Amino acid sequence: MVEGFFSRGFRGRRRNQDPALPPGQYLEDGFPVLSAGPTPHTPLEEWDFSVVGEVDEPKRWSWEEFRALPSEEITRDIHCVTKWSKFGTRWEGVSVDTLLDGVETSAEYVTAYCDGDYTTNLPLEEVTGGKAWVAFAYDGEPLEPEHGGPARLLVPHLYFWKSAKWVRGLQLTAYDIPGFWESLGYHNFGDPWREQRYWGD
Amino acid sequence: MVAVRPRRINWRLAEVVDVVPETPRTKSLLLEVPGWEGHRAGQHVDVRLTAPDGYTAQRSYSIASAPEDGQLALTVDRLDEGEVSPYLTDELMVGDRVELRGPIGGYFVWETKDGGPLLLVAGGSGVVPLMAMIRHRAASGSDVPTRLLLSSRSFDEIIYHEELESLAARDDGLKVVHTLTRSRPEGWVCYGRRIDAEMLGEVAWSPEESPLVFVCGPTPLVEAAASALVSLGHEPARVKTERFGATGG
Repeated sequence: MVEGFFSRGFRGRRRNQDPALPPGQYLEDGFPVLSAGPTPHTPLEEWDFSVVGEVDEPKRWSWEEFRALPSEEITRDIHCVTKWSKFGTRWEGVSVDTLLDGVETSAEYVTAYCDGDYTTNLPLEEVTGGKAWVAFAYDGEPLEPEHGGPARLLVPHLYFWKSAKWVRGLQLTAYDIPGFWESLGYHNFGDPWREQRYWGD
Repeated sequence: MVAVRPRRINWRLAEVVDVVPETPRTKSLLLEVPGWEGHRAGQHVDVRLTAPDGYTAQRSYSIASAPEDGQLALTVDRLDEGEVSPYLTDELMVGDRVELRGPIGGYFVWETKDGGPLLLVAGGSGVVPLMAMIRHRAASGSDVPTRLLLSSRSFDEIIYHEELESLAARDDGLKVVHTLTRSRPEGWVCYGRRIDAEMLGEVAWSPEESPLVFVCGPTPLVEAAASALVSLGHEPARVKTERFGATGG
């Protein structure tokens, strides 16, 4: 904050008086799309989801096996680092707790890896305990490719780049390995309530 | 691993030294930013407005100027329903100050040392970060073969039209191709439709020439252009995209 400065003639629209809106965010009704490259289109018969890395035994599900896992309906607010937030988004997905059920690991971190070579890193405890899902439906419909379909990670309590689109697996790691945006200037943890947008925030 | 705590990108005050109308909806703000450390073409800044009662609103804007330019230029597209862009385009005057921080972003960037050939594809104000690349190329005397395909709604809405014409006229390897999607002046000889695979097949470098590709614009344009380029055989990893939604600003 530059102390005492205000913008001559600016009044604003008072859209972010809502206590559910993290600092610096504004409310968005649409669902903007952001991604760093072309949208991948992996056919479902080629799609799989894996849990690998520091685990006793890797796990793998085909699309059919994945969809046969118990799923949950999730309604959460989401917050994008590009400043928009969207309230009450409705998803359906498989809890990461379900995917890690029975996995023996000493790992403390996880890297989500995706089609298109995107990665994002998270502390394991931020994706367990009912905090994260692999979502395959949005607003009652199959997740569209441009929004990350067939399936994306959903970690709604962190900035939305952590909710990696086109996710194909989780790699459990002993060390924290910065992912794609985390290596390119964006914050390693990404808590919207602490406005952790960029390196050093 | 060595724990490095990166320096925070702090807010600072920039002074408006010029306001340049680019199109009926678009203006460039030329800013003097004390202590600006420089940027790479393609990066953006966050701009924050503060009302007298402390209410704030912030948005991201692409940098339009080359790193070599003396002032920082932002080109702002006025969104009628926006909260920040109408202030920047209608209210802000020379001598006013505006709070910003940056530069931000390390992916959608190009420097002459990255080489080429370079294919730039833009819709509307999506040309802004690509213009920073084109200006950087010109300012550093680079002859990297570069093609820009720019989609605008109408002739009057082509951003940087004259500057692009004069840069292309230098005949140093920059080619600019326009398409107008809504209305075209009489005798218009460039394209007159939305960007599609056929157009890209005619304008783009072939996949064998493995261009570096930057696509920026509204989501439907980016989706169409990026998908078409992949279908034409371009390697997805060489196609970098940046999108903006229909709302916001």
